[in-house]
Amino acid sequence: MDQNRRMTRTRAHLAGVPRWVAVLAGVGAAFVLLPLVAIVSRVNWVDFVPLITSDSSVAALLLSLRTSLAATALCVVFGVPIAIVLARATFPGQRIARSLVLLPLVLPPVVGGIALLYTFGRRGLLSSTFQFLGIDIAFSTTAVILAQTFVAIPFLILSLEGAIRTAGARYEAVAATLGAAPTTVLRRVTLPLLLPALVSGAILSFARALGEFGATLTFAGSLQGTTRTLPLEIYLQLETDPDTAVALSLVLVAVAVFVVGLAYRNGSVPSGPSGADR
Amino acid sequence: MTLDFKARVRARGFDLTFGVKTGETIAVMGPNGAGKSTLLGLLAGLVHADQGHARLDDRTLFDATAGSRAWTQPHRRGVALLAQEALLFPHLSVLDNVAFGPRSTGASRQEARAVARQWLTEVDAAELGGRRPAALSGGQAQRVGVARALAADPSLLLLDEPLSALDIGAAPALRRLLKRVLADRTALLVTHDPLDALVLADRVLVIEGGRLVDDGPTREVFAHPRTAFVAGLAGMNLVTGVRSADGIEATDGWKVVAPFEAEVARGASSAIVVKPSLVRVSHLKPGRAEGNAVWQTILDVEPRGDSIRIRGDMLAADVTPAAAADLDLAPGDTAWFAFSADAGVGYAL
Repeated sequence: MDQNRRMTRTRAHLAGVPRWVAVLAGVGAAFVLLPLVAIVSRVNWVDFVPLITSDSSVAALLLSLRTSLAATALCVVFGVPIAIVLARATFPGQRIARSLVLLPLVLPPVVGGIALLYTFGRRGLLSSTFQFLGIDIAFSTTAVILAQTFVAIPFLILSLEGAIRTAGARYEAVAATLGAAPTTVLRRVTLPLLLPALVSGAILSFARALGEFGATLTFAGSLQGTTRTLPLEIYLQLETDPDTAVALSLVLVAVAVFVVGLAYRNGSVPSGPSGADR
Repeated sequence: MTLDFKARVRARGFDLTFGVKTGETIAVMGPNGAGKSTLLGLLAGLVHADQGHARLDDRTLFDATAGSRAWTQPHRRGVALLAQEALLFPHLSVLDNVAFGPRSTGASRQEARAVARQWLTEVDAAELGGRRPAALSGGQAQRVGVARALAADPSLLLLDEPLSALDIGAAPALRRLLKRVLADRTALLVTHDPLDALVLADRVLVIEGGRLVDDGPTREVFAHPRTAFVAGLAGMNLVTGVRSADGIEATDGWKVVAPFEAEVARGASSAIVVKPSLVRVSHLKPGRAEGNAVWQTILDVEPRGDSIRIRGDMLAADVTPAAAADLDLAPGDTAWFAFSADAGVGYAL
């Protein structure tokens, strides 16, 4: 007892972690953090504000925020049902379905963009449907949102599915025996219990959508104000005006750090309320 | 008959038929894995039967007999479940937890809360309404759980060891509460505690290996155990065999002398129960006057109240601590266990 208290009072100790593991951890952390330092060191602080408030920068930033929010909303609308079905229902081919739904996580975004192009594009799989409806998706803001949703939805599904599995179905079973129909159970028990995981999953999806580059460029192109999101703008500026590129990168880093911070404060490690008290 | 139940679940080796009368509280007992949870799951709609049918009042819970295939969803069954843990919804206040049932079945928020207040008062928890479940003790949470289950106005209440997760201090109060609310209610109570069965239930169903092995009024079942499991619950030694001239001949050939309660034909399968406190243990072979004696291996020795219980593979004996010290027996040792010819009671199985 006494010894424990003394040990927690010392500032840092390895608690049995081998020294070489700590050294490797330090090197790894430096590898992740140094590039951020490098960006900050290259920022032209004198012109920072004008650089990030130029017309093209503001247009890109606003477009990015708008599309990412829309993509996050789509992720929630479709990702929550996917997570629930994957975690709760049983059906043939479930494991395969699960792997396929998470495919965008490991697919190179460019390949995702090509896939989307051949699905929703002018000569794509669903082109006749959309032509009939008078909608042209490719190279529009809608395409940006679709590309972002495509790459971001696995984050929401993963976060939520884990939480659903951890929480178990015991509360739902009780709710059903109290007379609640399945939709009532979902609305009044399942979703409220999953709220923390849902919020952190949505935040992670938003962050991924915000950073989306490859699929967007392939599927939506790069038209200022329509499809040129912040990452595209940064890439473009790197050729002609590195100062702007660096300044905008810092903005994106700041947004990302803020968002990740939010997710972690929310308890991004999914542990359902019942998981904790079990 | 309120509940008429017959079901078979092949994967779990479960095959059970029984009925429950309106207002009857039935204790369901059995060793772990006997099928008690399966039974509750079948009634609540959480487990599917391969064969059989169940009706509650005029509602079909499930019907898996030849030619028909009906299954009522859990929320339409009128079967409420109270588990070992109260499982109160952590995101709702105590009052809204209790109001959950009425609210889910169409009552307005106000009506539901009025019903909830009434039930909270009924379980002496009116002052807890504004609290969050996390701020309740185990006993308080289970009280609220009882109120929540009853507020749903179930035709059948299932209680799955509702007292087993409580502190020793909190159990008696909740047992009294259950006695009050279960008085004229149709309920199934799964329990491991004979006291719960005696206090709360009119009848006991004993399940072993997915089958019904005994069914009768609580006192009757404990007075005349039919299986080692029930005898263990009742704290009795049970010897089974066939009726002989002056007692029974046990399955392994041991002849036991004991008076019988009623006439039983010779050769009919019978049992003798004897209290552990009437069994003596010695290192020397007892004389004929001692009555029934058996040489057996000690399984364990444990303190039990004021005495020490020495359990052998057939009989258990309660001896005084002083006697236990003199005998100095440890698991694996062997000794003579004996009881006099009039210590046991015999009855037909």
